[in-house]
Amino acid sequence: MTFFIDRRENPKNKSSVNRQRFLRRYRKQIQEAVKKKLGERSITDMAQGEKISIPAKDTKEPFFSHGKGGRHDHVLPGNREFIAGDTLARPKGGPGAGGSEGSDHGEGVDDFVFELTQGEFLDFLFQDMALPNLSKRQLTGSDEVKRVRAGFSADGAPGNISVTRSLRSAVARRVALGAGKRRELRELEQKLAPHPNSNAAEAASIIARIEELRRQLSRIPFLDDIDIRYHRQRDEPIPTSKAVMFCLMDVSGSMDQATKDLAKRFFILLYLFLARHYEKTEVVYIRHHTRAEEVDEEAFFYSRETGGTVVSSALELMDQIISKRYPASDWNIYGSQASDGDNWPNDAERCSSWLNRLLPLVQYYAYIEISEQTPKPLWQTYLPICNQHPDTFAMQTISGPEDIYPVFRQLFKKESA
Amino acid sequence: MSTGRSTARTPLSSSSEWSFALLEDYHSEIERIAGDFGLDTYRNQIEIINSEQMLDAYASSGMPINYHHWSYGKHFLHNEQQYRRGHMGLAYEIVINSNPCISYLMEENSMTMQALVIAHACYGHNSFFKGNYLFQTWTDADSIIEYLVFARNYISGCEERHGLEEVELVLDSCHALMNQGVDRYKRPSPISMAEEKKRQHNREEILQQQVNDLWRTIPVNKDLEAAEIKERFPREPEENLLYFFEKHAPLLEPWQREVIRIVRKIARYLYPQRQTKVMNEGWACFWHFHIIQQLYLEGLVNDGFMLEFLQHHTNVMYQPEYDSPYYSGINPYTLGYSMMQDIRRICEAPTAEDKQWFPDIAGSPWRETLDFAMRNFKDESFILQFLSPKVIRDLRLFCVVDDAAKDHLKVSAIHDESGYQQVREALSALHDIGTLEPDIQVFEVDTQGDRTLKLRHEMYEGRPLDDKSSNEMLRHVRRLWGFDVELESFQNGQLDKSFHCREEETAVSMTP
Repeated sequence: MTFFIDRRENPKNKSSVNRQRFLRRYRKQIQEAVKKKLGERSITDMAQGEKISIPAKDTKEPFFSHGKGGRHDHVLPGNREFIAGDTLARPKGGPGAGGSEGSDHGEGVDDFVFELTQGEFLDFLFQDMALPNLSKRQLTGSDEVKRVRAGFSADGAPGNISVTRSLRSAVARRVALGAGKRRELRELEQKLAPHPNSNAAEAASIIARIEELRRQLSRIPFLDDIDIRYHRQRDEPIPTSKAVMFCLMDVSGSMDQATKDLAKRFFILLYLFLARHYEKTEVVYIRHHTRAEEVDEEAFFYSRETGGTVVSSALELMDQIISKRYPASDWNIYGSQASDGDNWPNDAERCSSWLNRLLPLVQYYAYIEISEQTPKPLWQTYLPICNQHPDTFAMQTISGPEDIYPVFRQLFKKESA
Repeated sequence: MSTGRSTARTPLSSSSEWSFALLEDYHSEIERIAGDFGLDTYRNQIEIINSEQMLDAYASSGMPINYHHWSYGKHFLHNEQQYRRGHMGLAYEIVINSNPCISYLMEENSMTMQALVIAHACYGHNSFFKGNYLFQTWTDADSIIEYLVFARNYISGCEERHGLEEVELVLDSCHALMNQGVDRYKRPSPISMAEEKKRQHNREEILQQQVNDLWRTIPVNKDLEAAEIKERFPREPEENLLYFFEKHAPLLEPWQREVIRIVRKIARYLYPQRQTKVMNEGWACFWHFHIIQQLYLEGLVNDGFMLEFLQHHTNVMYQPEYDSPYYSGINPYTLGYSMMQDIRRICEAPTAEDKQWFPDIAGSPWRETLDFAMRNFKDESFILQFLSPKVIRDLRLFCVVDDAAKDHLKVSAIHDESGYQQVREALSALHDIGTLEPDIQVFEVDTQGDRTLKLRHEMYEGRPLDDKSSNEMLRHVRRLWGFDVELESFQNGQLDKSFHCREEETAVSMTP
């Protein structure tokens, strides 16, 4: 007897546990490789899965094997020109068994290449990083609710009837209503039993009473309206965590495209990072020269302006947008600012005061200065603020693409780890 | 098999799409023909899977169920990557040596492929599993699945009790020593795996007692002790390293011994497959060819089916020549199939040469002869016994000696009268696990002193051990043994090289 079994509907990914074990074991190497990847390619498409290669020698599973040397007899197919006794030069690669069988027990030159999913990739990327001042979990309005069971009630829709509860209260009611009558019935039956024909009249009245009682008992309803119980359900708002990320960038003439690209990479990293922590992440782009305006992503990164630089204008706009659209009680607010460090000298005062106003509202504010030489004017303006608010304010300088990830790690490194 | 083309019936199907109804039809015809040919098989269980499930099945050495280990994840990732980039096609089928014999058919296969696979796996491999002496002796098809379930549960239990890392350490070392975990020269006791499972509970205690006995430090009777000191331990060298550690390693916990045992049992189950690749595939190819041929003769399949079948068949049989860029060793399918076909030819139409080389089988009934060959040989002995001059000529085999002591390679024999015997012997030796893998045995334990374990490697044909892997391996050995380990390579009774692994070295780079 032969069976055909269709297994196609069975869950696949039987190997996912083993896959996780592998990733866990080679954590360090994979992280190394992820870091390298980051330097190699633009961060724009970082939100996809990633091909990763780690040294094959590390993943090798050893076994006792022969080394080079000794005598080997090979048998090969397809002889055309040889006769016994011919000698030939040893092919390069030296003595040792031919054949290229076995991919993973090779000589360890090749890399072991495999693919990480997006989730795994980002996990590795943001490993050991945490958001500072994490999360206000805000209960928000009516649009996100879920119905939860909340006990039982005596009224409700028929669809919600709880059968067990209803029958249970029916049993209780039947017991309560019939208890006295049943006791009397038992006593009468006992009285009647020992001498059934002792006194005919008395016996007849007892029998009549018994029948009466039985009738009454049978009239107790099996299930009554008052027995019915319903599942009670209640709407419960789902706590959601929302974040808004403000990207502030100087677009004055001194910022060239290369500098903006650096800033862009930083912003994208930050966005990916926030998106992993919050269910909902919004981004506000504010660009400024002497005047600040809110723009879309395209204009933010690719349009050029000329003119001087007044940083406080951007901070002021950020404050306005927060009070208009993102009340600090509902939103986790992150500020990130990229600049080449130039600022109008007279603006320093206003900058400090705006920033001091903003800092209590935000979870974290990161300032990166993209410049070769430090300190620039803005850096000097921000330095005292950084010292006053070490928890919410951080600043770093970046001089090239290779700095971005280390600086990012620096800014968001886990406090206690 | 006298049914000719004349009794033609209508073909079972004419499209390349398969359906379950068609599978049943084809299967029952194939089953009938296989029965007529006298193939004795386990009951079949045929499962249809998709390509992702095939990748899953690949990952754990084709086992339908297995315990979790990172190395299976590694293989999975590797195969997945290869497959996605189109570097690798998936096998059309996987078949498991179990009773009932489980075969996986891929959803993507055409009807022709499914029929080919049913003939190849469900009747070819299946009858080989049931008939061949190695499988009979070393494996227990009835209870392997049950045992694998037990192993998986036991190991995940250990992981819960002792932590993933602890279990992984033991498994890593056991996997490394898997090739040294089989009784090669002794025949294993035929205890069934089901029995194994039953005994498992008591065993933990008994094992521990035996170990404790060996390492007893309480002074015993003086006379007895004096006699014992002289006695070497182990009395005879032990080839099965895993078995030795399971029984005698002083510091292992009972659960660790059981884990070793599980790996050992699985190694033993896989052992015959490694030694019968040529025969097993040759046998399966021989039968799929003849069964499908018979279907065609009876008119049950049409010409289109046959063309597709032959296309696949010849692809599988392709043997690139030694200097081709596609050459990667001798194709076991080609070698096995050619030899099986040739045995039939020798039986049916022997030439004078065959009568000289194979006086016993020339002219004998071919089915009985093939059946005998299938049952009683492994690759090494099969080639030594049955590789005929004709097959050597057809494949134009030649033998090259690569001696590290000489500057040049030498062609020592080709496919001619004076070379047949030598080619045959050399090819046979290349299929002997005993010569391919280093022969390493437990030689001696310093039971009275520091408990150092001495392993001995007997060099074969002057082939040395690989330094790097040997040092790494010794760390694994040391982890299981718990005390220092030495490995000595001997050539013709002379010490050639020795390796050591002491306590402080184990800490180095065992895990990445």
